Amino acid sequence: MTQAWRVVALVGIATIVLKSIGPVLLGGRELPPRIASLIGLLAPALLAALVAINTFGSGRSLVLDERVLGVAAAAVAIWRRAPVLLVVVIAAAVTAFARAVV
Amino acid sequence: MAKDAAGEGERDHRDGIRKALPLAVAVFGFGISFGVLARTAGMGSVAPIVMSATTFAGSAQFAAASVLNAGGSVATAVAAAVLLNARYAPIGVSVAPSLRGPWWSRFLRAQLVVDESWAISSEGDGRFNTRVLVGAGVILYVAWVSGTTLGALFGDVIGDPARLGLDAAFPALFLALLAPQLSSARTKQAAVLGAAIALALTPFTPPGVPIIAASVACLLGWRR
Repeated sequence: MTQAWRVVALVGIATIVLKSIGPVLLGGRELPPRIASLIGLLAPALLAALVAINTFGSGRSLVLDERVLGVAAAAVAIWRRAPVLLVVVIAAAVTAFARAVV
Repeated sequence: MAKDAAGEGERDHRDGIRKALPLAVAVFGFGISFGVLARTAGMGSVAPIVMSATTFAGSAQFAAASVLNAGGSVATAVAAAVLLNARYAPIGVSVAPSLRGPWWSRFLRAQLVVDESWAISSEGDGRFNTRVLVGAGVILYVAWVSGTTLGALFGDVIGDPARLGLDAAFPALFLALLAPQLSSARTKQAAVLGAAIALALTPFTPPGVPIIAASVACLLGWRR
């Protein structure tokens, strides 16, 4: 097996296991209330981390680039209650425009 | 009653597809660039397509292909990808109570969980609409695998997706889905802490670790 195929197989197996371990072992079960309240905060914590990393992260460094403008425009659109589709399009358009101009 | 439930199920699936559609365009673009990068990295044209079909996790696949491209070892490439995908363990646990049915059906639907489908199907207060999750997951999967196929077989047809600003579409989506969840002081604290942890660790840890570490912010829920 070549190097590439070994990577494909190992990463594939690891990812399939990581994704399914919670749903297969705990699926459909109501969690104890205290655990459920922890899980309830997992979404805001992880979503905020994903926003931060995808806006400022570039490998191991933090950078300020055109994405910041796009995400700032998206924030304004969210505040003005724009639909999600429009928010995403505005972010991409502003970022692309800033990259073209700079 | 059963008929009503079926109608609702269909509507929820379509709802997931509709919500994920703008992201599917961006995912398709990045699928093309993954196919191109993986081929450049000496992975051939079939292995990248198989990888997208089985791994279905963009950032980890990019990381693995970049390591191979830079002449890194199999172990380094796998480690980088696994670190990036480790967040799917807590994400899977968060979805688990909402996923019902036999174990094999939970197993299959769990494979459709990616950041975007997970975020779109969140109903706040820790619940997830699994039909929305499946609808969104399927359209994103099709976009990712077909984009990869196009890139791996035919090369660069759209150029750098970043030029089109598509990389900013992801944080914008996550922000749009985060905003309605910030209704209580507790969720605001968790969000601020999660983002702070992720940013603070970025310069010091391999990519992927900051996001897993951010899940520690949910411990704020331990206090009642």
